[in-house]
Amino acid sequence: MAVAETIAVPIAGMRSDLMRQRVRSAWIFLAPMLIVLALVAGWPLVRSIYFSFTDASLANIDAAQWIGFENYLSITTLKSGKVLYDGLLADPIWWRAVWNTVKFTIVSVTLETIFGIIVALVLNAEFKGRGIVRAAILVPWAIPTVVSAKMWGWMLNDQFGIINDILMNLGIISSKIAWTANPDTAMFAVLIVDIWKTTPFMALLILAGLQMVPGDIYEAAKIDGVHPVKVFFKVTLPLIRPALMVAVIFRMLDALRIFDLIYVLTPNNSQTKTMSVYARENLFDFDKFAYGSAAATFLFLILAVITVVYIVVGRVNFDGGR
Amino acid sequence: MKLRTALMAFGAGVVLMGSAANAANLSIVSGDTGNGLAVLREQLDIFEKNTGNKVTIVPMPSSTSDQFGQYKLWLAAGNSDIDVYQTDVIWAPQLSEQLLDLTDATKDVVGAHFPSIIESQTVNGKLVALPIFTDAPALYYRKDLLEKYGKQPPKTWDELAVTAKEVQDKEREAGSKDIWGFVWQGNSYEGLTCNALEWVKSNGGGQIIEADGSISINNPQAAAALDRAKGWVNTISPPGVLAYQEEEARGVWQTGNAVFMRNWPYAFGLGNGADSAVKGKFDVVPLPAGSGEGAKSAATLGGWNLAVSKYSKSPKEAIELVKFVASPEMQKLKALKASNLPTIQALYDDADIAKDQPIIPRWKEVFQNAVPRPSAPAKVKYNEVSSNFWTATHDTLSGNGSAADNLEMLEAKLTKLKGAGW
Repeated sequence: MAVAETIAVPIAGMRSDLMRQRVRSAWIFLAPMLIVLALVAGWPLVRSIYFSFTDASLANIDAAQWIGFENYLSITTLKSGKVLYDGLLADPIWWRAVWNTVKFTIVSVTLETIFGIIVALVLNAEFKGRGIVRAAILVPWAIPTVVSAKMWGWMLNDQFGIINDILMNLGIISSKIAWTANPDTAMFAVLIVDIWKTTPFMALLILAGLQMVPGDIYEAAKIDGVHPVKVFFKVTLPLIRPALMVAVIFRMLDALRIFDLIYVLTPNNSQTKTMSVYARENLFDFDKFAYGSAAATFLFLILAVITVVYIVVGRVNFDGGR
Repeated sequence: MKLRTALMAFGAGVVLMGSAANAANLSIVSGDTGNGLAVLREQLDIFEKNTGNKVTIVPMPSSTSDQFGQYKLWLAAGNSDIDVYQTDVIWAPQLSEQLLDLTDATKDVVGAHFPSIIESQTVNGKLVALPIFTDAPALYYRKDLLEKYGKQPPKTWDELAVTAKEVQDKEREAGSKDIWGFVWQGNSYEGLTCNALEWVKSNGGGQIIEADGSISINNPQAAAALDRAKGWVNTISPPGVLAYQEEEARGVWQTGNAVFMRNWPYAFGLGNGADSAVKGKFDVVPLPAGSGEGAKSAATLGGWNLAVSKYSKSPKEAIELVKFVASPEMQKLKALKASNLPTIQALYDDADIAKDQPIIPRWKEVFQNAVPRPSAPAKVKYNEVSSNFWTATHDTLSGNGSAADNLEMLEAKLTKLKGAGW
């Protein structure tokens, strides 16, 4: 029917009509995705934000009353004139969790990027059995996080752990270290596991970028006798920058909402408690569903702000680079 | 044989009592450890045969906090797929609104149980769960090693530290360089609350929050108890004990690398298993006492119960199932097969149990002195109280502030949390 209509219109209107039809079919094709997205992501998000402004409790969620911003910040002035601040913004444990998350994100993403580039450069070289090595390097990424966290938990165990055994036999440490229990090493243990697990993902994304770099540029550099290190910083790095930026933002968003690894490896440890762990604890373990929703909403806001800033700043740099 | 006869007699009784109700499909959710689920299945098979109802087990991870989060979500969503929940002794006040009142249905049987356990499951006069087994920790000790060095099982914590140190040092000289004096549960989780409550209570330092709701934790005897425990870390206990839960402690113990262990009775049967390095070489005594005024041995009360969801579609059959699993016959079966401690007083004098699980009759007196965690006074805020307490304890043990300072801060936090009342 649509075809018949198209033929019937005058030639001048044909282009816009075709466009309109294309736009319409684009919407029709997008609709299922948009509806599903609204149902599984939009609706829960709106509900979470709504609950963060109420006094909801899991025991009776329908009885939630609107209380405004009190979960975020409530100020009470006592009779003595002393002012009490309460709520998420005045909670030192929350800010500790924010700081833990930021620290974790900065260290893990930086190291994963560096290691990822190194691995990608190696994999980009032509050598025998490259396909097998490429597949093998993805294994840590393919293991479910809970499984790898448990596995590393046993490897890092102070009494039966293989890590302590190796380090002891090599004479690097003199007594067994309780990696996940010691406040000084707990974050270090989490970082080791996360870097081990996620470097392959970074390497893969960067490798895709590397393969877009045309080979004749390298040839030209070689003929001009440019030092390989200079080639990397002046040629390779600028050219893989778009791919790198995408990889870094993926990882950053992932790292900012880290939950499973820490929940399994070092549960309840205040040195490694992140925003997500804090939110879950309040949502389900404590009778503070609304307060936990406020934490989750705040986490969402932080993620959104960082993403926007990153995209804006990232583009400025990119344009400047050209 | 005797057991079987008893079971059959009981089964016949159920059939006679059973009404002509149509068969129902029930679901029971449980995160039991060891062979607990297999024993439960065995019990349910008998129930199915007697009543014609079908019962499905929904298995869960054994960590109680993981279970709690899931159950709370299901109940909040009004989930009707689960009829019967296996609940921890501390959950009753937190889940009471969504569980059925069992008072009327069980008034003929509650009298046989320990009154303190029934009381722990009663919230505002409503019995929300019926106990199926109970738990109180023990001090496990290596008979062979203590005999070798002419030592007695310790009565106080200080004796324990001295004995543990001596045996540990001598054994290390003798070549077992991985041996430690004392292992327990020091990870920051509910288990640390249990351990630390025992240290504090046994030292005359109260029980965090008293039955009347007053916060008692900030006192010198409690601080002394935590300081004493801090002294163990890295001297008689491995530094990693601060990340141990029950199974890590049992791992060190069962490979023969510990002189003493604080653990629940489940480790008794497993320690005597065929693959255990300490098989037949150990025994248990009640936990040691502290040294202050009013100091006496204290054991944290644990244990599991069955509760019926308010949203169950077959509440009548579900209650029948709960009563069946909690019955003396079934508790006896569970005691014999899983070394779970019965909640029915008479079973502690049972000849079969005394023969197969000698730890059980000896534990009766321990239960009678067991100290409950402050879940009843703290009500829905218990988890947060516990989390604050174990954090303060873990900070103290890992050298992050002194016991006195941490307890003072804990008192301030709990006071704020309490607000106008629990």
